[in-house]
Order: sequence, then structure tokens, then C-alpha cells
Amino acid sequence: MALDIGGWLAPVEQLTYLLAASLFIIGLKFLGSPATARKGNSLASVGMLLAIVVTLLDQGIVDYTTIFIGILIGSAVGAIAAQKVEMTEMPQMVGLLNGFGGAASALVAIGEYWRLSHAGMAVPMNVLVTAVLGVLIGGVTLTGSLMAFGKLQGVISGSPVTYPLQQPINLSLLVGFVVGGIYLIANPNDLNIFFDISAISLILGVLFVLPIGGADTPVVISLLNSFSGLAASAAGFVLGNDMLIIAGALVGASGLILTQIMCKAMNRSLSNVLFGAFGGGNTASGAAAAGKTDGVQKSHRSVDAEEGAMMLGYARSVIVVPGYGMAVAQAQHAVRELADQLEKNGVDVKYAIHPVAGRMPGHMNVLLAEANVPYSQLYDMDDINPEFERADVALVIGANDVVNPDARDNSGSPIYGMPILEVDRAKSTIVIKRSMNPGFAGIDNELFYKDKTMMLFGSAKDVVTDLVAHVKELVTA
Amino acid sequence: MSESIIAGLVVFVLASFIGFEVINKVPPTLHTPLMSGANAISGIAVVGAILIAGTQSSQVATTIGLFAVILATVNVVGGFLVTDRMLQMFKK
Repeated sequence: MALDIGGWLAPVEQLTYLLAASLFIIGLKFLGSPATARKGNSLASVGMLLAIVVTLLDQGIVDYTTIFIGILIGSAVGAIAAQKVEMTEMPQMVGLLNGFGGAASALVAIGEYWRLSHAGMAVPMNVLVTAVLGVLIGGVTLTGSLMAFGKLQGVISGSPVTYPLQQPINLSLLVGFVVGGIYLIANPNDLNIFFDISAISLILGVLFVLPIGGADTPVVISLLNSFSGLAASAAGFVLGNDMLIIAGALVGASGLILTQIMCKAMNRSLSNVLFGAFGGGNTASGAAAAGKTDGVQKSHRSVDAEEGAMMLGYARSVIVVPGYGMAVAQAQHAVRELADQLEKNGVDVKYAIHPVAGRMPGHMNVLLAEANVPYSQLYDMDDINPEFERADVALVIGANDVVNPDARDNSGSPIYGMPILEVDRAKSTIVIKRSMNPGFAGIDNELFYKDKTMMLFGSAKDVVTDLVAHVKELVTA
Repeated sequence: MSESIIAGLVVFVLASFIGFEVINKVPPTLHTPLMSGANAISGIAVVGAILIAGTQSSQVATTIGLFAVILATVNVVGGFLVTDRMLQMFKK
């Protein structure tokens, strides 16, 4: 290309890639601290811009029309989606973006394979191996993310789907993929096999997310996040591009760290989350729960918003425990209003955030930040648990499994061993919930039947709005 | 296995270690922005997509490249912007 006078472009391209990779690392480092996070995100985006611009100068590129059309459409869609998305829908958004990233990486692997095999060239071994890998990871990431999106959006049922021989079927598909992949490596120009293994990877993604229940979504989203990185790395291997490998590895590591944190917060292994079909009425837990309820007719106490407001308004300290129910009802602004009103009454208000509350890592933090709750009021599980004893009221809004005392006390419970927010240690507990139906995991919650627990039935938003009104009356009265 | 794969593996493994070290302790408040920010970075596949879309080797490859560019750009632009939107709220 005429631009490349004296062959200076190739080294400049490589050095710019190095700079971009460095900016990604610094950006991720900065993303780890609230004070620098925004700057970190900007640095990473500058790195991305540099990488894109220098790639556009690559000598191999002869046609810019296609590229600019693609970038234009992609930018418009991305910008609009980022503007329009509700904070409550953030798990879906992140899930979808994971999927797009994975799909793009898989397409890069496919495109490069196609380009080489159609140019009549022998497709090199290393390209073949990594393209097969890229198709697998990218394909699984795409359909797995779309499934997670569908579950979160309510397009498909959020409860785990199980059927006989589920894992053997998945395993045989994976074996089929490996066999197909090896066959392709032996017969590089067999396009049919290439399509076959691409299809298998897409099916695997669907089947892999199918048995995973809604409450386990934070793990799945984190894992797919990690996969989207690995897919980019695989594309980097295909193209022999170190920057793609580095950037992908960084994302892979970050997703894996989050996956670990989420698993630890549920005291479960990754394989248990992925293959356990948790809460799918697996026989042991179902029987245990049924046996208990059959034996004793358990009773609960309920209050209305007026009584609830009295308890809250005359308390000295209240700890708010938000969960997925708050997100679904979009109640975060009402919750903030309630906290403001209580603080006016001289009540000390804190928020207790369980690491897996909601549907993605940090879900509750994002929602409360949107409602302008300062993050200094949000407390992690380990910091807040000793405080419950001193709290007058623990206000549970749409959280269930993460406050279930059975996880601590009942070794027969399927969630036994999962660290919980110990709301039952508070002097009293108000639980805002739609009905007595068990939560996503289908596990009965002992908390609801305790003497100190008051159930306040209704949609989180309506109930909290009522509470605000009644707390206001307390002041004027 | 060819040398280029080995060389790539070296880069991959070392970069993974850097990732683990750099991200190790992230406060829960930042879990979502970290995830969406990292997600935007995984859109780096856009670089590969541009190369494939622009080389005009075959119509099919170009079409595949076009879709790859679109998806990766949505990932990049959407990811960085939405992360920034979230972090803007966290500032207060």
C-alpha cells in the first residue's frame, strides 16, 4: 500500500498494539478501585481506539467500505443500547454483549479459515487447531449468553430445565465436536465438517445454560464473560496477533476471578453450579422440604404497611437487605426515598449487600447507585453481619435464599453452608415479598416462620412507597 | 505443534497471570462495571474482524467479516459506554 513508505508501518502497528495492551492492563487495574474506575474505563477505551485506528492502516486492507459500514452500524446500535438500557436490565445487557463478543471472535476464526481455504492455500495446522477452538468457545459463548439473556428477560423460563441423560448427551456432543475437530484438522478443506462442528458448538451453548437456574445466573454471566475473553484469545491465535491474545487473556482472568467470587459466596463448586441443576426439584431437597412442611403446619405473622412504618420509624437502626425482587419491581428509588425519610426521623440506615444478590455480580450496587445511595452506606456481608444483632429492624426487600437461616442451621438444607446475611439476629425482621411462595431455588425459608419476622406482602415498589407515606405521617402526627 | 502456537501460549499464560494479579482484589461495588468494562475489552476481536472484512479475498469472507465487525463494535462501543454510565453514578 502506498501509505507504507519504507516499511515503517508494520513496526508502528506492532508497537501501537503493545501500547493498547498496556492501556488495557492499566485500565483494568484502575477499574478495581472506586476512585479511579472511570478513568480506567476511559484508558481502556483509548487503547481500543488506538488498536482500531492502527489496524485500519494495515497494508492488507484494500476495501474500507465494508469496514466502515460495519463500524457505523455497530457503533450506532451499541451507543443507543448503552443509553437506553435500564439499570435493572443490566444483567441482560452484559449477557448480550458477552454473546456478541464471543460471536465476533468465532466469526473471525471462521472468516480466516474461509479466506485461507478459498485462496487455495493449505490451511496451516496452527490456524486449524485454534480456529476449531475459537469456534467452540465463541459458539458456546454466543448461544449460552443468548440463553442467559432469554432467562433474565423472561422470554424463556428461568427455572432449571432437566431431562434424562442430560449430562451424557452434552458429553457426547462435546466428544462429537472433538472428533469432528480432529477430522477437520486431517481434512482441512472439508467445509461440511466445519459447518457441523460450528452447529455443535451452538447447540452446546444452549444445552449448557438450560439446566442452570435463575439464582445461579451471577455465576453463569461471569463464566460467559470469561469465555468471551478466551474466544478473543483464540481468534488471536488464529491470526497470530499477540494483542488479541493478551486482551482476551486479561478478560478471561477477570471473568474467572468473578466466577470464583460468586461460587465462594454460595459455598458451591463451579461444577455443582453448572451441572447440579440447582433448585430443579432434585429429589433429595424436594423430599426434605416436603417432609418438614407435612409434619408441622408452620405459621407466619404478617403486618400491613402502617404497622411496618411504625416499626421502622421508631427504630434506632435499620438495615436494608435488597434482593432480586427489588430489581424486578424497580423499587430502588422508592427504597432510597424510604431511607431518606427514616434518616429524617433520626434512624440510622445501612444497606447489606450479599455478593450473589440479584442476577449478576454487583447487581444491587448498581441499582442503589442509580438511586443515588452513596456507596459508603453499602456494606459487604462480612462487615454487616456483626451489626445485625444491634439493629432494631432488618428490612428484607425481595431477597430470599441469601437470608435463609437454614443455610447456617439445617445441615439437611440444599443450601446448607452458603454464607448468608444474618437478618434473623436483628431484633425484628420485616420481609417484603409477593407471597409465601418459595424463591427461585424452590427452597423453603425458615426466616418467614420465625416469631421475630413480620411478612409484608405486595410488590416491592408499592409496599415501599406505602411505607414512605406512612413514615411521613409519623413525623407530622 | 508449531512454533507460533507455543509463542502464542507464552503470551497467553503470562497475560493471564497479569490479569489475575491486576484484578485480584475488586470491591463488590465494582463487580458489574469490571465485568462490563472487561467485556468491552473482549471486543478487541474487532481488530481481527476489520482485517477479514477489508482484505476482499472472497465475498463470503467479506460478509463474515462484516458481521464480525458489527458484533464486535456493538460489544466495544456498548460495553465502554454502559460502563461509563454506571461509573458516573458511582461517583457520588
